[in-house]
Amino acid sequence: MEYAVEVKSVTKSFGETKAVDDVSFSVEKGELFGFIGPDGAGKTTLFRMLTTLLLPDSGSAVVDGFDIVKDYKKIRGAVGYMPGRFSLYQDLSVEENLKFFARVFGTTIEENYDLIKDIYVMLEPFNKRRAGQLSGGMKQKLALSCALIHRPDVLFLDEPTTGVDPVSRNEFWDMLGKLKSEGITIVVSTPYMDEASKCDRIALMQKGKILDIGFLRDIVGKYDRELYAMKSSNMHRLILDLRAEENTDTVFSFGDFLHYTDKRGVIDKVQMKNEMVLKGHADFSVNEISPGIEDSFMSLMNGK
Amino acid sequence: MSTIFVLLKKEFLQIFRNRAMIPLIFFMPLFQLLILSNAATYEIKNIKFNVVDLDQSYFSRELVSKFTSSNYFILNKVSFNIEEAEESFKTLDARLVVYIPKDFEKDFRTNGKSEVQFIINAEDASAAGIINNYANSITRQYNADIVTKSSVMPDKTPLLNITYSNWYNPELDYRTYMVPGILVALVTLIGTFLSGMNVVKEKEIGTIEQLNVTPIKKYQFIIGKLLPFWIIGIFELIFGLNLGLFLFDVPLLGSPLLILLLASVYMFVVLAIGLLVSTVTNTQQQAMFIAWFFMVLFMLMGGIFTPVESMPDWAQTIAYFNPIAQFNKAMRMIMLKGSQFKDVLPALNFFIVSGIVLMTLAVWRYRKSE
Repeated sequence: MEYAVEVKSVTKSFGETKAVDDVSFSVEKGELFGFIGPDGAGKTTLFRMLTTLLLPDSGSAVVDGFDIVKDYKKIRGAVGYMPGRFSLYQDLSVEENLKFFARVFGTTIEENYDLIKDIYVMLEPFNKRRAGQLSGGMKQKLALSCALIHRPDVLFLDEPTTGVDPVSRNEFWDMLGKLKSEGITIVVSTPYMDEASKCDRIALMQKGKILDIGFLRDIVGKYDRELYAMKSSNMHRLILDLRAEENTDTVFSFGDFLHYTDKRGVIDKVQMKNEMVLKGHADFSVNEISPGIEDSFMSLMNGK
Repeated sequence: MSTIFVLLKKEFLQIFRNRAMIPLIFFMPLFQLLILSNAATYEIKNIKFNVVDLDQSYFSRELVSKFTSSNYFILNKVSFNIEEAEESFKTLDARLVVYIPKDFEKDFRTNGKSEVQFIINAEDASAAGIINNYANSITRQYNADIVTKSSVMPDKTPLLNITYSNWYNPELDYRTYMVPGILVALVTLIGTFLSGMNVVKEKEIGTIEQLNVTPIKKYQFIIGKLLPFWIIGIFELIFGLNLGLFLFDVPLLGSPLLILLLASVYMFVVLAIGLLVSTVTNTQQQAMFIAWFFMVLFMLMGGIFTPVESMPDWAQTIAYFNPIAQFNKAMRMIMLKGSQFKDVLPALNFFIVSGIVLMTLAVWRYRKSE
């Protein structure tokens, strides 16, 4: 089957730093594919190569059937790109921005109105407002509309939800779901692990490399160690105390809990509690939990 | 073609949405012409001078009255002591001391010649030169007068009589000279600063990223960026030219169409410089500093304020490759002398060649920087 995006051993360095290091993956047509990783993982560099803004040092990639180096002109007409930084004209109004990008792609707002309708209705009341004076959520909707105005086959969204409030983030993912049902392949990057569940498949990225790739449940399913959630009233001291323990494998802070793994695998919870109470953690609690994507990521990151 | 049209429309929308732009376009030429053409002048009037007249004769008084009756000099003090007269230099009360020695008249009557000394405060060298010229010409005139008037008629009456006439600007009106130069400075500023900064702005704000994933071609982008400033520059020149003609009575002896032709090609050169600046910078601030650096050099060595002819040879050679100097010279030639196409052809050729070279370099740099 032909893929919407097919990347083979792509590498890109900036000086000594390998921003993208021998990355290969493929995205099926109509898929919602997510790149998940912290800042500096190489997501933006990868996206810039796939949208023909950067040339790879080595490797090859095909987007929508076109080679990113040889057929870069064809790719520019076939993909939509929404950079992480708001890149529309702040001194032009909502309508002027949208019209400009429509005309540049040789189309009109009317022609593809059905595609952007759901997003655009929220923007229309601000039609005459300058883009620079829109709120973060509105800017994001405008940027998405502009990236969609020529009905691209593949849509690249670089950290579209960064700096956006949780309600707008959810709204945004709903919109992506609708676009997916229109048959548009979507490749999205995000630093938020919890957004992994919104994607069909995900790739975990760190320091220019893909750590793992696949369905969320499969990636998480590979996590085969016993995981415990621990808590006490003095979390900071608890981390230090646990790290001092001989049998401790990993301890990470996850919100209100510490996620703990032990070198022996299964632990005796009662014994653990007693030890910790002795160390002054009177209200210590410990429970087995099933791992989440963050645990998988941490585990992969540490090469376990 | 339609893509370029879309880009132009967007560009003009942005340019005119910029609050500073309209005042800049209409008031900048007016103010520059008003202030520079009136304030900056080579002409010096009301020069105060001291007289040390040790002769106290008819001739000496006559000479002093020649100075005071000219429009240039005002008598500050009469004394009999040169040290006292020179004191005035320190306080800047006087810039010239006319020293008439004893026997000034007697020497002339007996020997047919006598001497007078000018002591000039030369702190400001160019002013001193002008004062010297004025004083000399008054003396020369006086000399001619007494030779004819006096009973003494030496057989060697002046063989050579030098007369002056200032062509193309008979009244030495500084404005006539300055207006073409200011117009040159104006279109140059628009061509380099505004265009360079405008291109860099897309980089700085990040919009270039979004444009680069569209099917817009590089040449379309460059034309879309530069053409608006070409149009504004030409508009500005026509506007400024009209201000000069109707408000300042500056003559336009040559063809306005020839000016437009020359300006059209000249704008191409300065726009290339603007684009070149934009390719080596990432922010508008950097672009402005680099453009400013070159503009100051080009402008000061461009003959707008000081004549190129009085620069050292090496500077004159550089001036030949300075588009501002070339355009400035050609503008003055057309406006004040009524020069024809063939007279400004060397400048036109220079613009065509340097325009093509610079634009090729700029476009090449632009592609590489992507």
